[in-house]
Amino acid sequence: MARAVTNRHKTIATIAAWAVALVIFFPILYTIITSFKSEQEAIQGFSLIPSGTLESYAEVQSQYNYFKPFMNSVILALGSTLLALVVAIPAAWSMAFSPTKRTKDVLMWMLSTKMMPAVAVLFPIYLIFRNLGLLDSRIGMTVMLMLINLPIVIWMLYTYFREIPGEILEAARMDGATLWGEILYVLTPMAVPGIASTMLLNIILAWNEAFWTIRLTTTNAAPLTAFISSFSSPQGLFWAKLSAASTLAIAPILIMGWFSQKQLVRGLTFGAVK
Amino acid sequence: MNLRTLVLGLCSASAFAFAAHAETITIATVNNGDMIRMQKLTEDFTKKNPDIQLNWVTLEENVLRERVTTDIATKGGQYDVMTIGTYEVPIWAKQNWLLPLENLGDDYDQKDIIPAIAGGLTVDGKLYAAPFYGESSFVMYRKDLMEKAGLKMPDAPTWTFIKEAADKMTDKANGVNGVCLRGKAGWGENMAFLTAMSNSFGARWFDEQWNPQFDQPEWKNTLQFYVDLMKADGPDGASSNGFNENLALFQQGKCGMWIDATVAASFVSDPKNSTVADKVGYALAPDNGLGKRGNWLWAWSLGIPAGTQKAAAAEKFVAWATGKGYLDLVASKEGWANVPPGTRSSLYANPEYEKAAPFAKMTLDSINSADPTKPTVKPVPYVGVQFVAIPEFQGLGTTVGQLFSAALAGQMSVDDALKQAQDAAKAAMTEGGYIQ
Amino acid sequence: MATKQTRTLARFMAAPSVLLLLIWMAVPLAVTLWFSFQQYNPLNPIRDRFVGFANYALFFNNPAFSTAILNTLIIVAAVLAITIIGGILLALLLDQPMWGQGFVRILVISPFFVMPPVAALVWKNMIMHPGYGVFADIARFFGAQPIDWFAQYPLFSIIIIVAWQWLPFATLILLTSLQSLDGEQKEAAEMDGAGFLARFWYLTLPHLSRAITVVVLIQTIFLLSVYAEILVTTNGGPGYASTNLPFLVYQKALLEYKIGQASAGGIIAVILANIVAFFAMRAVGKNLDK
Repeated sequence: MARAVTNRHKTIATIAAWAVALVIFFPILYTIITSFKSEQEAIQGFSLIPSGTLESYAEVQSQYNYFKPFMNSVILALGSTLLALVVAIPAAWSMAFSPTKRTKDVLMWMLSTKMMPAVAVLFPIYLIFRNLGLLDSRIGMTVMLMLINLPIVIWMLYTYFREIPGEILEAARMDGATLWGEILYVLTPMAVPGIASTMLLNIILAWNEAFWTIRLTTTNAAPLTAFISSFSSPQGLFWAKLSAASTLAIAPILIMGWFSQKQLVRGLTFGAVK
Repeated sequence: MNLRTLVLGLCSASAFAFAAHAETITIATVNNGDMIRMQKLTEDFTKKNPDIQLNWVTLEENVLRERVTTDIATKGGQYDVMTIGTYEVPIWAKQNWLLPLENLGDDYDQKDIIPAIAGGLTVDGKLYAAPFYGESSFVMYRKDLMEKAGLKMPDAPTWTFIKEAADKMTDKANGVNGVCLRGKAGWGENMAFLTAMSNSFGARWFDEQWNPQFDQPEWKNTLQFYVDLMKADGPDGASSNGFNENLALFQQGKCGMWIDATVAASFVSDPKNSTVADKVGYALAPDNGLGKRGNWLWAWSLGIPAGTQKAAAAEKFVAWATGKGYLDLVASKEGWANVPPGTRSSLYANPEYEKAAPFAKMTLDSINSADPTKPTVKPVPYVGVQFVAIPEFQGLGTTVGQLFSAALAGQMSVDDALKQAQDAAKAAMTEGGYIQ
Repeated sequence: MATKQTRTLARFMAAPSVLLLLIWMAVPLAVTLWFSFQQYNPLNPIRDRFVGFANYALFFNNPAFSTAILNTLIIVAAVLAITIIGGILLALLLDQPMWGQGFVRILVISPFFVMPPVAALVWKNMIMHPGYGVFADIARFFGAQPIDWFAQYPLFSIIIIVAWQWLPFATLILLTSLQSLDGEQKEAAEMDGAGFLARFWYLTLPHLSRAITVVVLIQTIFLLSVYAEILVTTNGGPGYASTNLPFLVYQKALLEYKIGQASAGGIIAVILANIVAFFAMRAVGKNLDK
């Protein structure tokens, strides 16, 4: 009896969850489907079965070589993430294990730096970048993205590090571990999941940053956000082409997200799980 | 900490950037069909100029305008050639932001450029940007539907006729809207259309002392006519339709008439993308018998920012892209119908073009009937047919465009929209120091 | 014992990021503040000069200003409400035993990976377009008149798009929190005969409170600066119906090139954000200290 109930319960839950999930995923799914249609097909009303033509992809590729912005997206997302971790890990570590009265305030202040509307500082930043010769350079963009996401990174790491029990450190110190030894052999292994998910989240945020990456780049450092902005409203029928370009722009990060979702989830909790 | 590495990195990066840029010119373009075609024909240029490499930045129109304006205003130096319109050229030239084009070469034949177009790009007798394609606006209509409605489109229709025809052609049950017009807010979207339309209604943006004129009956007539026409015979969601949306509608046979850019003619008559390609007729933009027609004048043009280090190479490119040879190149590769229109008189004298582009004569007539220096019935202190060539116009035009778009969507009455437009214009003019 | 040394070292280690952020925040803020007192229009530099608080006055007197503030708050509040309520329901559903749970979770989190301009473009052209969108197809299937979303319900349409992007984030955090709820506690409550609603209200919800505050905090930061979605879809209109504060600042800066006014708007936005953050963070701060 109990068994039957569970099975029925499970069936209902499965159907409901699949239905909701498909609704949520639908815009992405439909975009991918449309990208395999011809332009004429794309506007002929609702259809989930494309003819499978690759002409939209060919057209997109002939207008804008996908490889370059793709590489730039990879470089900027990975570079800014690694840079952010290098800066943030020590800071978060010290805040978590030697908190002062002001630690909370500093953290909150860091988060509040994210609240300045980007466009309000565009002109100052543009001038600064111009003077430093950083316009359209990967280094400039990497630093920029690092700074944008740094508050979130520090905060995530901080909440994660705080979960690590202090007694373990005490024990390690008793054993005569040096500070670096402490970090290297005791903390790091415990912190890896947190660092991994911080890294993943930051890669996603950097990949999808669409204000500065469009405004401060032209060709050399232009990532996929710039790529998509050259397809956003061309003349004539463009539904299939837009779908193909959109699919190309989101596919890499989507696939990465799918494969790493377990790691991502583990640390995405901001210490909220307790 | 690693500040030093950072600085070192920066230095080497800029050094590298400099070396790599040696003879590469960066061109900012808009993502429309003609520009994308040019991008694909780049090889012809690089073959002739092996020492010059081309870097393309193709952007959607609004982003492009934002990017090039920011860059030129801050002297960022990111671009060597910029695609700009007739709106920017007079303003930027006055700021000395653009280099006058004086070395386009002996075979360039500057006199061949259509005078109305060249006029909009010339400041103090110097050409500051070379037109890549020029356009006016006209009426595109479905001959079959017109026939069905028992009407005949004159070459130069009046607004009254347009209204009558639209009423008769509208057949919502079969998805046919009598007329499709721009409704999406923006100074280059609905305001381009409405400003040009208002000219034919005798309206103007400002009087000679820069006092806004939205409280005058001419504007009320314009907007009321537009809103009534669109409510009765326009497509659903007209207030978010711009050029692209209307083009798609027309190509799908959902519009009886469409008043928009002359360049649209080559899209709606292209059987590959248009279901109504063989049924399209053309006529001049409507008027009200006041001596001005409701058509605009625009040219996407190539300008060279004053800050560039590669002016010579940039000018070579501009001469190539806007020269006669480019028209021949496109014609030989993709046929005369795909040649960028509206820039050179010689193109319209070419019988082959005439044959490939049935809309050629109407396009030229439309361009010639627009006069940016005398756009309105009553005198005005500004140049520009569908815009006012002052820096404040982008913002003001878009604000007013939003209000008119709201009137079209029925969220605001015509009177409220005009009143708020008047207030906004007055505020902008006061702030800009035009009026006290 | 090692406290003093550790503490000094700790400060030293926190220093780079604090310093970087200090520069990152102070320099642009200072420049913005300075510009906010200038008339600065790069397109019309002749009239550039110091104007005191005139830019603030102009920004306040902008007819779109009050609408923009209201719209900013509506977007934040509505998206928070949708994502938290929807997120809790979805988390409860996904927490049930089912077939293909991993795959369902992948589908649900996917919108989070989509960059905002793409999300806006897809919703605008593929889903909500009155002519070719899926919603229009559905409406026509039922013989109804397709809705022109962006003209008739501009703010609501934007809220839908933004909520769609953030729902996965909320769901994930809430789900993780839910899964950490002690099974024994749940069973005990069940034994006591507590119904589903009672269990949810007295056991689950308090357990989720911390996760909820985290969602509120993180999302608020991003929601206060929503702008790409508006730019791509409604352009702030019709009228000012979907103009929020960042978009208004954008219009001042990149359409009108009134950098002074845009800077004043930026400062106002920072102040607004801090007011919102003050309340949000008070709540969160308390919850995080638990």
